[in-house]
Amino acid sequence: MHELPVTESILKIVLKHAEKNNVRQVVAIHLQIGKLSDLEDEWIQRYFDYLSKDTAAQGAKLKIERMPIMVQCTDCSTSYEAEATNLGELICPACGGKNITLVSGREYYIKEMEVQ
Amino acid sequence: MDEVRLIEVKEEILADNVKVAAEVREQLRNTKTMLLNLMSSPGSGKTSLILQTIAKLKGELRLGVIEADIESKVDAEKVAAQGISAVQLRTGGFCHVDATMVTQGIKALPAKDLDIIIIENVGNLVCPAEFDTGAHKNVMILSVPEGDDKPLKYPLMFSICDVLLVNKIDYLSLSNFDISALRKRVLALNPDINIIEVSCVTGAGIEGWTNWLKGEFDIFKQSK
Repeated sequence: MHELPVTESILKIVLKHAEKNNVRQVVAIHLQIGKLSDLEDEWIQRYFDYLSKDTAAQGAKLKIERMPIMVQCTDCSTSYEAEATNLGELICPACGGKNITLVSGREYYIKEMEVQ
Repeated sequence: MDEVRLIEVKEEILADNVKVAAEVREQLRNTKTMLLNLMSSPGSGKTSLILQTIAKLKGELRLGVIEADIESKVDAEKVAAQGISAVQLRTGGFCHVDATMVTQGIKALPAKDLDIIIIENVGNLVCPAEFDTGAHKNVMILSVPEGDDKPLKYPLMFSICDVLLVNKIDYLSLSNFDISALRKRVLALNPDINIIEVSCVTGAGIEGWTNWLKGEFDIFKQSK
């Protein structure tokens, strides 16, 4: 739902690196976004296409890698992967414990970009 | 055609907001003003809870309110009518409040003369969970008519809050809301969360909430 401010931040960071590296054209941007985030890939791309008009990043493709949700069992410390839809009802595969702490899955990260 | 080359970026997309949020927290810590971020769906009782909190604590603590309700001044006016400092943010249809908006809200309040500032975030269980406002404590409301399955649909919100207020408990007898199932689901996600049952209409449980708030403010005031 908040694709617009997130996309604005992406563009700002990308243009900063483009300028620093004398980039003529940004071809693609590799993002890592946690599965717990509600962002829709299609909408980020649409907003990005709109915001990046007449910049070095115009036409760049956003390549989004979805990062897994990792949780840790509060009873036995085993880490395991979860889905956003079953987070409230998890059972630890090692000890059967039902309580967890969230380890990762909230990432909003720009890894690298392909440029010309 | 130029050859395509790879540039390492390695930056957090929301780093700007995280930085501003940390500055807000630090600035308010220096003036011993505790910032509370109140989140919930629309209609679950954020404004009613704030009004109940003001009624209970008015003589004891100096309260301020940052209202972020979309395109409306109604909530800020209700709060200001209680003689409490309130500022209305123009969020212009935004789905959440970010730390920069909170900075503007704090500027418009006599912040250093306040003990607690409550942010009434935009009614939404999704986006506000992802944006650090600079608050020292995060509090959410779930009201009985919304259903006990909400932790399964919005796990992030339930996992980042210090307190869950279950509001409208006066509706419990009229619904199939299972409060023990809710507790299990929420505690599985967030073992440290405080769950307090309240009704802003009957006043039930409000004292438990304001006692938690006073206790947290005492701890905050004494910490460095």
